Amino acid sequence: MKAADVDYVRPGSLTEATELLAKGQGEARVIAGGQSLVAMMNLRLASPGLLIDISRLPELTVAAEDAETVTLGACITHAAIEDGRLVDPSRGLMPRVAATLGYRAIRTRGTIGGSLALSDPAAEWPAVLMALDAEAILCGPGGHRSLKCTDLATGIFETQLAADEIIESVRIPKLSPEGRWGYLKLCRKSGEFASALAIAVVDPGRGHSRVVIGAANGAPLVLEETSRLVSESRRDEIRTAVTADIDRAGGRHFDEFQCNLHTVVAMRAVDQVLQ
Amino acid sequence: MTAIRLRINGAAIAEDVPPRLSLADFLRERRNLTGTHLGCEHGVCGACTVLVDGEPARSCLMLAVACDEREIQTIEGFAGDPMMAALRRCFHQHHALQCGFCTPAMLITARDLIRRGRAGSEREIREGLSGNICRCTGYTNIVAAIAEATAALQDHPRDAE
Repeated sequence: MKAADVDYVRPGSLTEATELLAKGQGEARVIAGGQSLVAMMNLRLASPGLLIDISRLPELTVAAEDAETVTLGACITHAAIEDGRLVDPSRGLMPRVAATLGYRAIRTRGTIGGSLALSDPAAEWPAVLMALDAEAILCGPGGHRSLKCTDLATGIFETQLAADEIIESVRIPKLSPEGRWGYLKLCRKSGEFASALAIAVVDPGRGHSRVVIGAANGAPLVLEETSRLVSESRRDEIRTAVTADIDRAGGRHFDEFQCNLHTVVAMRAVDQVLQ
Repeated sequence: MTAIRLRINGAAIAEDVPPRLSLADFLRERRNLTGTHLGCEHGVCGACTVLVDGEPARSCLMLAVACDEREIQTIEGFAGDPMMAALRRCFHQHHALQCGFCTPAMLITARDLIRRGRAGSEREIREGLSGNICRCTGYTNIVAAIAEATAALQDHPRDAE
């Protein structure tokens, strides 16, 4: 199908973009790579009145680095991350994830900020950035604020992003040389959205350990007890802990098969870390 | 209507387009470049793949208005390209198409895989093609054609420059 009629504007700055968004009163949508939004428009699942194209704003396409963190502009593409064109805070996790995300012709346009803002429950970046303890820098008419990615996603296509806010960048703590990760995405065809997704990150150097599952009928889920056991390498207890963590979260409505699937996928990601 | 200026297959183009017009429809209906095919119109089948600034992209998921100042290359624009010539020859030899609907995008995707050095094994080729659906061939001959084109270009790397 074809998209419904829409207006289009390419603002010259992020400030201008947030002003346009505020003025749009819910009718305006921000477009970056458009790899989900244009598909939804073609299917008439979305028919915004105005598209605000932020994909070429220079402040959103740069990466910066300090001693502790790497900050990636929201409009950096999955392909740029896949190709290692930017400094990588994650010791290979993010390029690996990017390579599993959709198809190359999607990755050349789709952006990391767009993925976070859309908050598709099966998307990779929201879960991966939670596991890395990243934070999103948001820009609104009132200025900037930062929000941990663990707080940003609240549900299926739902975030804490205010109606007039735009994600400017993502700040990701660097893994120390001791940092390790495991990543598993289960899907029946490469490039599909995941039916189960798990990321395990353990970094003794920073005292950080976190296991997150995605495609979990809601926002990505941090497995708290599992994360603690992984940091102590207590592998034998982890399987029970994963199931208990999922039960404790509640509201995911997994059937027995799905629960088993998520547990197995989480275990495999944990095993990659503990190897 | 919004005015855009872009290059398509090397030619400078200026047109007014409605913002909802996809790049694919712009190419096919305004520029008569019908080698770009539309299958699913939501990014899954890959038939509409073209190059935008040298990188593969879904023309059904790009608005023409967002292609202002971009360089677009469609299947009609590869005359004299040695990599494409090798691929076309190998597709012909291996009978790597039946109805041909997916072929333009298969060629463009395959060329990008070879260019990025991601066509080194059958597994790599199959993974790289997973975003392009073919309903006729079962892929076997497409994979064989790309493998042979990759080998031919390695034997004569200067052809690919």
